[in-house]
Amino acid sequence: MPFKRFLPLFIFAGIFVAFAVGLTLNPREIPSALINKAAPEFSLPPLQGDGIGLQTADLNDPDHIIIVNFFASWCGPCRIEHPALEHLGKTEGVKLFGIAYKDRPSHSLSFLKSLGNPYAKIGADLKGRNAIDWGVTGTPETFFLKDGVIRYQHIGPIHEVQMEEILAVIKELQQ
Amino acid sequence: MIAELGHYMLVLALGLAVLQAVFPMIGAARQDGRMMMIGQPAAYGQFIFSLAAFASLTYSYIVSDFSVAVVARNSHSLKPMLYKISGVWGNHEGSLLFWVVFLALFGALVAYFGRGLPKSLRARVLSVQAMVGVGFYLFMLITSNPFERLPNVPFEGNGLNPLLQDPGLAFHPPFLYLGYVGLSVVFSFAIAALIEGRVDPAWARWVRPWTLLAWVFLTTGIVLGSWWAYYELGWGGWWGWDPVENASFMPWLVATALLHSAIVVEKRDTLKSWTILLAIIAFSFSLLGTFIVRSGIITSVHAFATDPERGLFILMFLALVIGGSFLLFALRSDKLQAGGLFAPISRESGLVINNLFLSVAAAVVLYGTLHPLLSDALFGVKSSVGAPFFNLVFGFLMIPLVMIMGLGVHFKWKRADIKGISQRLKAITGLSLLAALMTLYVTYGGDIMPVVWMGIGIWLLLSMLQELSSRVKLGQVPLKDSLSRLKRQPRSSWGMSLGHLGFAIGLIGIVATSSWSLEQQKVMRIGESMTIGDYTLRLDDVIAVAGPNYSAVRGIITVTGKDGASFMAHPESRTYISSPMTTTEGAVETTMAGDLFIVIGDAQTSGRWGVRVYYKPMQVWLWIGSTIMVIGGLFSLSDRRYRIGSPQGKKAAGKKNTRSAAHAI
Repeated sequence: MPFKRFLPLFIFAGIFVAFAVGLTLNPREIPSALINKAAPEFSLPPLQGDGIGLQTADLNDPDHIIIVNFFASWCGPCRIEHPALEHLGKTEGVKLFGIAYKDRPSHSLSFLKSLGNPYAKIGADLKGRNAIDWGVTGTPETFFLKDGVIRYQHIGPIHEVQMEEILAVIKELQQ
Repeated sequence: MIAELGHYMLVLALGLAVLQAVFPMIGAARQDGRMMMIGQPAAYGQFIFSLAAFASLTYSYIVSDFSVAVVARNSHSLKPMLYKISGVWGNHEGSLLFWVVFLALFGALVAYFGRGLPKSLRARVLSVQAMVGVGFYLFMLITSNPFERLPNVPFEGNGLNPLLQDPGLAFHPPFLYLGYVGLSVVFSFAIAALIEGRVDPAWARWVRPWTLLAWVFLTTGIVLGSWWAYYELGWGGWWGWDPVENASFMPWLVATALLHSAIVVEKRDTLKSWTILLAIIAFSFSLLGTFIVRSGIITSVHAFATDPERGLFILMFLALVIGGSFLLFALRSDKLQAGGLFAPISRESGLVINNLFLSVAAAVVLYGTLHPLLSDALFGVKSSVGAPFFNLVFGFLMIPLVMIMGLGVHFKWKRADIKGISQRLKAITGLSLLAALMTLYVTYGGDIMPVVWMGIGIWLLLSMLQELSSRVKLGQVPLKDSLSRLKRQPRSSWGMSLGHLGFAIGLIGIVATSSWSLEQQKVMRIGESMTIGDYTLRLDDVIAVAGPNYSAVRGIITVTGKDGASFMAHPESRTYISSPMTTTEGAVETTMAGDLFIVIGDAQTSGRWGVRVYYKPMQVWLWIGSTIMVIGGLFSLSDRRYRIGSPQGKKAAGKKNTRSAAHAI
């Protein structure tokens, strides 16, 4: 039967199509287990002095879209995305918080001093324990929240070319 | 300068590969001896040039020439020399170069040792081998040039990941690549045979050693990788069914099937088109393993997104090589005449069933590996298939495979006497049942599958031993005669026995370690104790140690066994100075009964330490078993009938075989 002999070719053709479609997919769309869930409970010290730098209560702000950005002074891509964060920090209806990931507070401070501080509030996650609760895969990573619920996650630096995409996400969340 | 020279060598090798691909093929079609002759010198030249290119890149690594982009990205001047060199193939560009060097080497070996092959077959084999090479050279030169220079030369390289500085990791990828590339020769032979329109025992006699060689490399590579994961990563795991592991496991399964079906072609001149198909599939999996995993299309498509050119090239190349071969197979495989007939119960059908299950196993792994990609690409659903799926399917799928393995070795060619065999296997079957019952008693209240598996594993081991003893007539003739028979066994029989015995031993180890492992975690103060299985551990002290390029905390732990004997264990947690990275150096106490694996973690608050302990029963059996398997493969490879396959003997042997093949048809 000739069909039988064509079978391997057909199967391969199927896989080939899947690969071809796979090529066009956006790899950054890694789904997070925490999407549409409430942000984890936390309370982090500030970069300077005593008290609380950032905590869960800060995220429950009904009037703003909350952006939480994990960064570190030792992380190269964080420098790349810094202009984008400055932009987001100034955007209407948005509050940008930072969490310094496994970074010495003095290093984080000088990092922000030289590049500018886009964050409204900053917490220091010295051991990276908090990042585990958030399911952070690496720095930089950015979460978008509404009413204390994580709605969108951006893995990797936010490039200038992706700003439109990000602003569209914020607009959608605002509605 | 050296890098440019290497680049130039690569271009020259490409040129020769094109010659080698085109002219012998045309020559074989026209029966033009002079055109066919081009294949040989071209193959030698191609090897020399690609080797020169490889040498140039290696030189750039050795002298830490960071103006070469690949070196800057993957090396560091402070790296030990061994890891500078292993860094050559430890990345995308370098691994491709490594690939083509061996592709060219194997081509040259076929050119040299294949002088006894029919002229047109050899010409076609060399041509196909070169076609694959052309694809690789073009891929490198167009999208992944290893000799690319950086416009701004950095002072220091970027690659000093301490986790990757381990002999296990330095040497397991090249073994895998050697396995993959070894299968290219088998593939070239398959395609040449399809074009030629004939497959005979002489063909199988050529294909089998290459398959064996590739299989030995693949097995070694997989085991080394697994061993590295077990000892270095410090989580007590040795196999995780992740896409990278699967990518090497699939060609292994198919190569194992091919290894067995080629015997049928060689001895009985049948199963031809199936064997050809397996040869094509085995190499297709190799290509998949090389490209797709390295490029990360399955795990995450990062590499493609940053470099869509690369992805497109890979896709086209795969379509051409794999799709083209399957098309050729569809059009030409009816030309292959089936040979000898055999009864439903015979060595042949045993091997057919073995092939069936191995192929289904490979298909299952392929499905599990591609499932996330397929469901995302075709239905837009993100999903993943985890270890439980594989463990479940393999747990059942392997039972009939192992049963047929234990039975099949007793089968004779053409027709076997099932009654007589079951009579002979009665004793060992009883013994294994007993062993299974004992296992049930010891592990009472646990899962039933491990008990079944333990019984099957022991049965397989005994069955192999019985086969060996019946071959030397142990007990039927005086012991001295048996011993001299043992000595006279051909190496291929030794290979068979060792390969299967090794598998049985490894299997028993796998069953034990994956079913009855223990794990304990405790935050301990100095002086505190914990118990795991029959062992009691006491944390005596934790000290700080300084290594050459790291600082570490070392736990001083006294371990006391059930019998009261005790020993010291010194697990370390190292923090490297150059990169903020912690690695664990677990303390492992290995016995035949099991491994005690102790890992010390971070300092907790107020003088307490996290200690993790694993007990892995019979873990070492897995390493011993797989080592015996590899030794078995080497024994088979050194069998007399392949050794006389050297230039002068080959001609006569080949001729005789084609004649006897003609008789068989």
